[in-house]
Amino acid sequence: MNFDISEDAKAVANTARDFLREHSPMTAIRRVFDEEIQYDAELWKSMAELGWLGAGIPEKFGGFELGGEVLCVLAEEIGRVLAPVPFSTSVSLATSAICAHGSDAQKCDLLPKMAAGEIIGTFALAEGVGDPSPARIEAVVENGRLNGNKYPVADGSVADFVVIVAHDSAGDIGLYFCDLSASGITSTPIESVDPSRNTVSLSFENVEVEPLGDAWQGWQSVQNILDQAAVILAFEQTGGAQACLEMARDYAIERYAFGRPIGSFQAVKHKLANVYIATELARSNAYYGAWALGENSAELAQAAATAHLSACNAFQLAARENIQTHGGMGITWEADCHMYFRRAKSLGLEIGGSLFWQERLMSQLEQQATG
Amino acid sequence: MDFNDTPEEAEFRTEVRAFLQQHGDKYRTRDSFSRKNAKEWQAIKADAGYAAITWPTRLGGRGGTEIQQVIYDEEERHYELVYNVFRVGLGMCMPTLFAYATEEQLERYVEPALRGEELWCQLFSEPAAGSDLAGIRTKAEQDGDEWVINGQKIWTSFADTADFGILLARSDFDAPKHKGLTFFFLDMKSPGIECRPIKQITGDSHFCEVFFDDVRIPDNQRLGKIGGGWKVALTTLMNERMAVGHAGGPDFEEIFALAQSLEIDGQPAFKNGAVREKLVDWFITCQGVKYTNFRLITALSQGQQPGPEASIMKLVGAEKQQEIASYGMDLIGMGGNVMDKELSPMAAAFQDSFLFAPVSQVAGGTNEIMRNIIAERVLGLPADIRIDKDVPFRDLPTGPGK
Repeated sequence: MNFDISEDAKAVANTARDFLREHSPMTAIRRVFDEEIQYDAELWKSMAELGWLGAGIPEKFGGFELGGEVLCVLAEEIGRVLAPVPFSTSVSLATSAICAHGSDAQKCDLLPKMAAGEIIGTFALAEGVGDPSPARIEAVVENGRLNGNKYPVADGSVADFVVIVAHDSAGDIGLYFCDLSASGITSTPIESVDPSRNTVSLSFENVEVEPLGDAWQGWQSVQNILDQAAVILAFEQTGGAQACLEMARDYAIERYAFGRPIGSFQAVKHKLANVYIATELARSNAYYGAWALGENSAELAQAAATAHLSACNAFQLAARENIQTHGGMGITWEADCHMYFRRAKSLGLEIGGSLFWQERLMSQLEQQATG
Repeated sequence: MDFNDTPEEAEFRTEVRAFLQQHGDKYRTRDSFSRKNAKEWQAIKADAGYAAITWPTRLGGRGGTEIQQVIYDEEERHYELVYNVFRVGLGMCMPTLFAYATEEQLERYVEPALRGEELWCQLFSEPAAGSDLAGIRTKAEQDGDEWVINGQKIWTSFADTADFGILLARSDFDAPKHKGLTFFFLDMKSPGIECRPIKQITGDSHFCEVFFDDVRIPDNQRLGKIGGGWKVALTTLMNERMAVGHAGGPDFEEIFALAQSLEIDGQPAFKNGAVREKLVDWFITCQGVKYTNFRLITALSQGQQPGPEASIMKLVGAEKQQEIASYGMDLIGMGGNVMDKELSPMAAAFQDSFLFAPVSQVAGGTNEIMRNIIAERVLGLPADIRIDKDVPFRDLPTGPGK
């Protein structure tokens, strides 16, 4: 039995942790919150140089082909420090969509530039209220022209291109590539729960788009992209949960009330023990997700939903209890707690809310049960 | 990641399987507390070197590794051969003897315990001292070369059939609570010992009350120093085995099967939205426990020692057992009240588990104690401020009527 992250991936994770501690302190994301910058472009460039942006890209397209586990542990480290970079959108969603479905020409054109950090991509699925579903998609591509509205689109204001989910005139769901500098696009920044996500609303009026490859299989392809993203997201969430747990623990040791550290009270201890338990269960479920992702296992759908839901529980609980442990300070703009609290909820909605993933998981279990 | 054994582990598993195939079927049991066949089976295990895999060979063990023990336990479980009756003796009493008994005593007691010829029990908890073990008040008074014991123990598994026991008692009521304790082992057939089985919530009796009335123990059966009993007790407690995270009773698979077999409004129960939400929650928890166990096994496989992190397995397992059992009964509806094995779905497994789950949440450390362990020993939070540490034991408040 070796149910552990590989030594190679651990080495990357250690490097990433040290690097991000030095180069992405909490002051970095605060600059995004204060609207001084949209994202940390310098950090993004360094991440490209370190090979992180090309971790999931094949060598022949300019990547480093480091495998799913490396992507997972990078996401965990990024989640830990809330690094203000478009990782979950560009490196996870957009890259995996292109790798899985793009034509050779598209891959040759886009992937080397993505690995080098020269262009940023994002993924436009949502159309306002509702969870992922073909029935929710109104965006339509006819004669190579896209019409429709997409929001919220995370990292939309920093992306150069977007992979769009739309249907064609026959009603079939497909994936389309769209350069965000194309004419007919109106990009409007929208206020979101997590201001560090550069969220926009995209409106398309007769915009020229090209199909992303030609081998997609309707909604199944979209779902598969979401499954892969769910595993990587689970690691990002676990990293965030761990950071909240450590923040709360440190504060509970140093903060005195009633003549003693508040961490000596069982009410606080038991709360943080619950956070620890949720985080460890989430980590274990995420590991299994990483295994399923790496093996491209038939269990990926089930493992991904389990990992993501478990990580949603852990991060949201950890972020909430971190604020509670900090008391009055926890509810200020000044303390870092709220940034994790916002991120925890935001990541729990990015690729569909809990009801969507619960149903995804239940339907997998039903299929297994009924053979 | 690799779910398979290493070549060495695989070789060991093959050996274990061959052994169990040859001998296992005869000793299958459905009652893990059964003493029937247990002694014979233990002797067979001892002869084959599986009775104490991690003990050093000089003490009759195999000199093996923690991961070998995990592998053996996994395989033995398939044969339902888990006899709890030796767990206390081999898992807690003997390791305490290893640390504190003389060579002659080890020679006398270890092998019979290992072979199941002599059964041991642990006399720790008292009516007024469970989670707060150092608050025990069973009195030990020195009388020449002997000690005289008076008092009462409780929750002692197998006390009524045990041959020997380890005992924590108070030898000094004027010292602070942790400093007035002394540790012994004794013959359970000594005059003055009376065991009364306690009928539990389930109707079964797995524990006893033990009364001591002028029971005499020779001083050479004292383990550790006079007043040093707490240190010895900590050695015993450190040897609690890694919990498996499944407290017994129906788990996800069973509640899912139940939800497939029952109907709500003409549909299988699992089609109901409220039921689905519960099922998903338990699936996530069960998977989380399963893979956390894989991570712990991996750590053992890499040569690490089990640490306090394993506390979450027992805690999560016990709470999950209670929730699943209770919800299963709700699914069965009005019929959930039926405990008749002929009439109730799955032979009343949910009802049985419902009544046993509170035991799981108290035995071996309450949920609250387990959370304290996680907070203090894993997260490093400061210990509680104590008012009972530096004052004479006899001055401590004990509540009304004491």
